[in-house]
Amino acid sequence: MTNTVSFTGSAQKPNLSMTDHIIELEAVSKTYNGQYAVETLSLTLQEGQLLTLLGPSGCGKTTTLRLIAGIVAPDGGAIRLSGRHVAGNGAFIPPEQRRVGLVFQDYALFPHLSVAANISFGLKRRRLSRKEESNRVEAMLQLVGMSAYGDRMPHMLSGGQQQRVALARALAPEPDIMLLDEPFSNLDTALRTQVRAEVRSILRAAGTTTVFVTHDQQEALSLSDQVAVMFDGRLHQMGTPEELYTNPVSKQVAQFMGEANFLKATAHGSRALTPLGEIRLLKPQVGEVELLIRPEMLHLNPADEGVAAEIEWREYYGHAQRVGLKLGDGTQLVARSDAQVAFRTGDNVRVSVYAPLLAFQNQ
Amino acid sequence: MAAAKQSIPTSTDSLSATTGYGGKRSQNRLSRIWRWPSWTLALPAGIAVVILLPIAGLTLTLLQPDLALWERLWATILPPMLRNTLMLVGGVGIGTLVIGTLFAWLTSAYEFPGRSVFDRLLLLPLAVPTFVMGFVFMAIFDYVGPVQAALRTHFGEHVGLPPIRSLGGAVLVMTLVLYPYVYLLARAAFREQAASTFEAARVMGFSRTQTFIRLVLPLARPSLAAGVFLAMMEALTDYGTVSFFSVPTLSEAVVRLWGWGSGTPQAVELASMLLVFALLMLVMERALRGRAKYYQVGGGSKGRRMNRHRLSGWKAALAPLACAGLLFVAFVLPMIQLTSWTIQELRGFTTTAWQSRFFEYVGNTSTLAATAAALVVMLAIFVAHGVRATAHDGRFSRAARVIARLLTTGYALPGAVVAAGVLMFLSPLDFAINDLAESLGLDKPGLILTGTMTGLVYAYLVRFMAVGYNSIESSLEKITPNMEQAARCLGATPGRVLWRIHLPLLSTGIAAGALLVFVDVMKELPATLLLRPFGMDTLAIWAYIAAFESLWREAALPALSIVVVGLIPVFLLMRIGDRVPAT
Repeated sequence: MTNTVSFTGSAQKPNLSMTDHIIELEAVSKTYNGQYAVETLSLTLQEGQLLTLLGPSGCGKTTTLRLIAGIVAPDGGAIRLSGRHVAGNGAFIPPEQRRVGLVFQDYALFPHLSVAANISFGLKRRRLSRKEESNRVEAMLQLVGMSAYGDRMPHMLSGGQQQRVALARALAPEPDIMLLDEPFSNLDTALRTQVRAEVRSILRAAGTTTVFVTHDQQEALSLSDQVAVMFDGRLHQMGTPEELYTNPVSKQVAQFMGEANFLKATAHGSRALTPLGEIRLLKPQVGEVELLIRPEMLHLNPADEGVAAEIEWREYYGHAQRVGLKLGDGTQLVARSDAQVAFRTGDNVRVSVYAPLLAFQNQ
Repeated sequence: MAAAKQSIPTSTDSLSATTGYGGKRSQNRLSRIWRWPSWTLALPAGIAVVILLPIAGLTLTLLQPDLALWERLWATILPPMLRNTLMLVGGVGIGTLVIGTLFAWLTSAYEFPGRSVFDRLLLLPLAVPTFVMGFVFMAIFDYVGPVQAALRTHFGEHVGLPPIRSLGGAVLVMTLVLYPYVYLLARAAFREQAASTFEAARVMGFSRTQTFIRLVLPLARPSLAAGVFLAMMEALTDYGTVSFFSVPTLSEAVVRLWGWGSGTPQAVELASMLLVFALLMLVMERALRGRAKYYQVGGGSKGRRMNRHRLSGWKAALAPLACAGLLFVAFVLPMIQLTSWTIQELRGFTTTAWQSRFFEYVGNTSTLAATAAALVVMLAIFVAHGVRATAHDGRFSRAARVIARLLTTGYALPGAVVAAGVLMFLSPLDFAINDLAESLGLDKPGLILTGTMTGLVYAYLVRFMAVGYNSIESSLEKITPNMEQAARCLGATPGRVLWRIHLPLLSTGIAAGALLVFVDVMKELPATLLLRPFGMDTLAIWAYIAAFESLWREAALPALSIVVVGLIPVFLLMRIGDRVPAT
């Protein structure tokens, strides 16, 4: 059974003879103890782009990263990096010859080497002069904002600082590809957004083709040019963050990309009959369907517009609020809006929805 | 940034596997590039077999018992020997458990003047071999010794102490020198427990003592079991003390009877019984420890540790007094005595005489200890590496762990058992080699195995492999697979990873392991007595023989030397304890 892959919008169909694709995975598989960790995965990434592999724990995203790095070898399929065949069909190039940089979740700094020595570790095989090497280390330290820390030992640094050193170390040898495995999961939440933005701008400035791995869809949406959603070793959908959020290929992907209401409806052609009235559909469908309604697509109006609903609960977030709605026929929905109008439990409101909507066949 | 493209060779030429081009078959091998091939485990397995061979010989004896011999043993020497052994081991177990646990609790839960100093000093008896403590106590407290003589002088002829040269005396002496095993492990266990667990119990109405008995002790049970086991194993293996005190035990009998007239078959049978004893204890310890695996939520390095309760009044005076008292009896007094004897002895020697003799013994001891340490460390690196490399491969990881377990059982076996096993294994081999040489027309080489250092170093390997292995294994654990992979991605070949990452990070483990093995060999007595080649006496042998003849002053110099060297790892241990975050 082949993988369900959907390329929508600007992502191109895999044309594997194009050499401005820096990463090409062609039907790659990897099994452990008879179980598929990655199953016939195909994707490509253009130079300079930032891809996020997104999915729940155990979906195979870290394994995919390790396959690209060369830490594990695929059991099937082929991998090409910068047009060079690195794995599959009897060939295998080990990681030290692939020119990829890898940043681990636990940073994996060498505890017996100073920060500067860690960063220069990957420069040794270049045979740079001592001056060139120290200049490069200085440049890297400056890039990540750790100029004064060259002589420190890793155990003296905080988590965020260690992560920056790990990033500098991986970037120092100017790899073609940067791979980052859940790099922000060990940071405090407060630090996370800031560090994310910094790392992204560093990578953009360097123009490096990058692959992130994360289970946090907020991270994926905000960081990447392309997002690939994986479940159980298979790629379900790949595209821009907007495409995945507004045009998910399945309910599973829709739910993973963000909070989702699914409204039961009966479709006939380009319109569907729903408890919220008749609504236009994005794509014509017939029969029993479920409509994807993101919480922010529900419009709440205390005045006379839309269907009657009662507020069951409310969560206040300062800049936004989430409310639980109950329609006349018992349907429950979650809506999100700004906090200008303060709703309260028990209020009666009128609900309408921004059309058109995406419909999924009832499963 | 230039994306350099390499040309793809189209022919299956002789490029090596690491450049990655080859035929279909090589793909299967290459696809396990990060899984080491199965032969990596063959070397550790081979080492394990070699280590365990001596034991195999003894086990075979168990399966073919000489019934007539057993009947005679049971009718004569065996029952009192068994009783003594059981009571000795049991007594030491209870004694060290009580003393070690109580003092560990005292220094962990309470604050009193001098606490932090005593906390570390209470470890000092670890440097003293049991037999040294034995003869020192015997000299001091025996009927003819100074203490009893003074009592008789002041209080009359009929006043005295119970005889030290008895089973009770042996238990007392050994408890004093072995309690640090329990103390050290109990202390670590108590300090690992989270404050919140303790405080929850107090809030529920339990007093400090009740909380200790009902909560802290059960939680610490695995560590306490491990410590008590170590102490009991030392008691089981002891030869010197029980020999001085004339308490016949299994260990003592094996060494005493071996090689004397018709005693060897008896010694063999007794050794096999001792082996069973040791294995039973090992099983018991694993059972006690294995069942209890307590994970504390919010404990360990993440939890807040409990605050110490400041003692006041008479308690604040009693605590340091108790610690000082224990320390005095267990370490200070023996050291003062040994030093005094040594000084007297040195005054009596002419300078050159004692120097040459002393350095000869030091040279012998160092040669043996250094050889054993180097071999243990080398083998341990191979095994630890092989075990780790197969850790993620399901098929081999269990085999690897079994191999590691087997290798470390040697530590649980008494020295006499190991020596007996080595002799039973190597003697026939020696004769076979000689017969072979004779049949080939060559000169008979003599006893090249049992008559040289080889046999003895082999016994040391079997006995102390665990020490080196544990040290290196814990160092190796600090090298995460991610570190290795990070180095590879940065362009380091496997060779460079070994040289720049593994070896530097392993160096502390290697040094610690080598040091521990060195010191353990220095302190070892029973196996050395049985296996040492003619003319190669160690400091421990010198001290034992002199003490056996009641030549205290002569025995004091080598004994003191052993203790001084033994203090090195103890001081290092004290310093490591300081690096734990302050509690």
